[in-house]
Amino acid sequence: MTVETLLLVIVGLPFAGAILILMSGDRPNQRETVTIVTAVALFAAVVSLVDRVGAGGTASVTVVETLPGLPIAFSVEPLGMMFALVASFLWIVTSFYAIGYMRANEEGHQTRFYACFAVAIGATMAVAFAGNLLTMFIAYEILTLSTYPLVTHHGDAKSVRAGRTYLGILLSTSIMLLLTGIIVTWILAGTLDFRPGGILTGKAPDWIVIVLLGLYMYGTGKAALMPIHRWLPAAMVAPTPVSALLHAVAVVKTGVFVVLKVIVYVFGIDLLNSSGAGEWLMWIATITLVTASVIALTKNNLKARLAYSTVSQLAYVVLAGALATQWSILGGSMHIAMHAFGKITLFFCAGAIYTALHKTEISDMRGIGRLMPFTLIAFLIGALSVAGLPPGGGTWSKWYIALAAAETKHLIVVAALMLSTLLNIAYFMPIVANAWFVPRAAKSVGAMAAPVEAGGLKEAPLFCLIPLCLTAAGCVALFIFAGEVQDFLAPMIDGLSTKAR
Amino acid sequence: MLAHLPVLQVILPLIAAPVCILLRRATLVWLFATVVCVLTFAISVVLLVQVMGGEPIRYELGNWVAPWGIVYVVDSVSALILVIVSGIAAVAMPFALRSAASEIEPDRLYLFYTMYLLCLAGLLGIAITGDAFNLFVFLEISSLSSYTLISLGRNRKALHAAFQYLVMGTIGATLYLIGIGLLYALTGTLNMADLAVRLAPLLDSRITLAAFGFIVVGLGLKLAMFPLHLWLPNAYTHSPSVVSVFLAGTATKVSLYALLRILYDVFGVRFDFEQQPMSALFAIVAVAGLVICSLVAMYQQNVKRILAFSSVAQIGYMLLGVAFATAAGLQASLLHIFNHALLKSGLFLAVGCLVLRTGSSQLANLSGIAREMPWTMAAFVVCGLSLIGVPATAGFISKWYLVSAAIEKGWWPFAALIVATSLLAVIYIWRVIEVAYFRPASDRPAGSPPATEAPLSMLVPTWIIAAANIWFGLDASAPAAITARAAKALMGAGG
Repeated sequence: MTVETLLLVIVGLPFAGAILILMSGDRPNQRETVTIVTAVALFAAVVSLVDRVGAGGTASVTVVETLPGLPIAFSVEPLGMMFALVASFLWIVTSFYAIGYMRANEEGHQTRFYACFAVAIGATMAVAFAGNLLTMFIAYEILTLSTYPLVTHHGDAKSVRAGRTYLGILLSTSIMLLLTGIIVTWILAGTLDFRPGGILTGKAPDWIVIVLLGLYMYGTGKAALMPIHRWLPAAMVAPTPVSALLHAVAVVKTGVFVVLKVIVYVFGIDLLNSSGAGEWLMWIATITLVTASVIALTKNNLKARLAYSTVSQLAYVVLAGALATQWSILGGSMHIAMHAFGKITLFFCAGAIYTALHKTEISDMRGIGRLMPFTLIAFLIGALSVAGLPPGGGTWSKWYIALAAAETKHLIVVAALMLSTLLNIAYFMPIVANAWFVPRAAKSVGAMAAPVEAGGLKEAPLFCLIPLCLTAAGCVALFIFAGEVQDFLAPMIDGLSTKAR
Repeated sequence: MLAHLPVLQVILPLIAAPVCILLRRATLVWLFATVVCVLTFAISVVLLVQVMGGEPIRYELGNWVAPWGIVYVVDSVSALILVIVSGIAAVAMPFALRSAASEIEPDRLYLFYTMYLLCLAGLLGIAITGDAFNLFVFLEISSLSSYTLISLGRNRKALHAAFQYLVMGTIGATLYLIGIGLLYALTGTLNMADLAVRLAPLLDSRITLAAFGFIVVGLGLKLAMFPLHLWLPNAYTHSPSVVSVFLAGTATKVSLYALLRILYDVFGVRFDFEQQPMSALFAIVAVAGLVICSLVAMYQQNVKRILAFSSVAQIGYMLLGVAFATAAGLQASLLHIFNHALLKSGLFLAVGCLVLRTGSSQLANLSGIAREMPWTMAAFVVCGLSLIGVPATAGFISKWYLVSAAIEKGWWPFAALIVATSLLAVIYIWRVIEVAYFRPASDRPAGSPPATEAPLSMLVPTWIIAAANIWFGLDASAPAAITARAAKALMGAGG
């Protein structure tokens, strides 16, 4: 199989999987087998692609020429490969977790759930390997639409309302701003291809570059820059596996991936720096990351707190893009992988706690450490990684971003980053500490506490428990092997700037 | 034989129509009409291929040389319209078998097919003719038959709707006729090409101006240009489903085509947009129609009415493209004519399936219908997304060209408006989707029949159109090439 065919297989595989899932709707075991097999095959295909192409290689394939000069095309570059690796690996883990969660909680419409899930992953792969802005935009919208049934999974009034917010914000920003931005780019540059160093250099005056950056950044609603972040907390009504994979990995990471990709391959960091367009974006991102952390502190619902934490963490990546130096782009790219592992661990834990103890509020989680020790240890590791402390992988990405901020003499940004780390500790650590060191309140918890005997283990099913231990281990592994990730991204970083730094 | 295709295109359905009366038996008539529609479609495809491969075809009827005889002109513009009209007509035919049988009195079915073919002949004639008076004749053929088609609706409101359309349509046709009469008095010719030549030195004349006004308003009525659209919502809502499909996909677009023909081929670009304020006029009515009718669509309780108001709004996009007065804008308009025909007929086809099974297109009757009719609703969603302009659907291609044309022209606020109004489409389409997918079936009014999935004879046409929406969203090179050439031809014609 040539690399080009492999690329098409990677994008097509999840869609084929979705069809098979729909066909085996009345046989749950067969259906879940299809999910797992597709997920494993996808990961194997991505690994084989990475292996064949190597970090510095390129390959591209055109599917169909939609409009004259505007094909739907896929191509390979390091950032996309890393994103695809992370997403496809976590899909396997999440599939196991989803089987445990969906069955333990006796959720309905499981066929639709797994099918939409597969389509969403297919769209994510298409975003990761998109060869131009048009392809990326199409995949971006498919991702929005395929996740809508997942967000509204329960079908009650609350989910429908959340679905409106979700679709309303994501569709309106992308159609109004992102599409306009892409068309303006097309008119200015005459191409929509991703090229190292960007395609807009010398094509437009500075003020247009600034406006255009605004169109892109706020058009990419999935990056959840304030004030268009509200869809993310709203989407938390979805079942936890959805929140875990889609709202910690696929959907939100697609958002920041688009942000980085546009900054690196459409604008180019030189243009961003020379036009001064990055400046306002940097402040918005800084404000977002601090504000969202503060809001997270006030949330008592665990998933809501995680959601705002995600908003804050996404702003790190946007900030990295806005700083536009080699260090910051490296840090931002690494943060996509690091935060994915950390946040998915946290969501898995939240879902495990819900499955085992039916608790969603943080105030009810006192003293549960004895019941669910593995879950809580994994939670601790995930939280450390997200906060950016050893032994979590998040340490390194945050390090590079802070380094870039210091290098460009933005001390306020450095201070904001440190403050955010403190806030992270402030909103995560009490959960862990209370779970371990505070005894469970005798009656305050309500009916669900009664059957649980103190001292006995009450972990979630193994299907839930093993995945979350795996991803927690992944956080630590990323801390130790961060150098590998850095080497992998090196070709992209080297091509960033034409100026010698 | 091949040389006579232009006249066969019109004559075939025109002669076939009275034959339906002779055949009489409903199933037989249906079979006959289907064959005719498919043949007509085949002819139009051959014509399109011929035209795209070479020069425009000029066919002189009865060998009477123009300007004395009537001439049929097939160029890239008219060939495109021919394909759209006959294509929709052919796809709707298998659908009509069950849908028409359930909504029209059995003893009138053969009349329905007669009128359907007559209407088809009229619309094709408008598209193909190169004679201004002949255009009026075909306009009347198509109008009279469509009044009849609408009045066939089972609901008594259909009669009222048909009468309303009859009055307004006749006014429109009369105004057009007055305009043509003035031009004839001025130049002594009715052939469009000849008119253009003889009119060139007379463009400053008051009579030319008066004729211009009569024609624009007359055809504006027929194409439901805001605020002359008042007949349309009732006509689409109360007519039998298959008639809604056919009219929504073709009628207004053919009238718009007629207007474009006259504007560009007879009066010329310079007269329209430099001497007369057509840019401003079209821009104003387009924006007003777009915004107001989209807002009105959001508050309707009947799905057909939602789609009808949406149609008026979408005509705004087509007019807006014309208002840009550039080749890019015109191309965007023509593309939207094609794409909107696809997506709106797809939506009405899906609604036709819903009406067959639930007996109503009221939103309240469709609660939770997606569980019983998943395929129908999925087609509705696909075409709805196309209406919104989501990428990978046909509607996206129109949006792309419209916004590009607006930006190239430098009309930034209009670019913003185009994308903003597509969000209004999200709202009115999503209202239907939320009701169909999330409301429990128990919300339906008491006594509603239990629904099942629509029969294959209706699902297949619906899905052919839905699939075409996706196909032409992914690979729009063919329509883009045809419309690019068509726009160039129209712009070039007037100098």
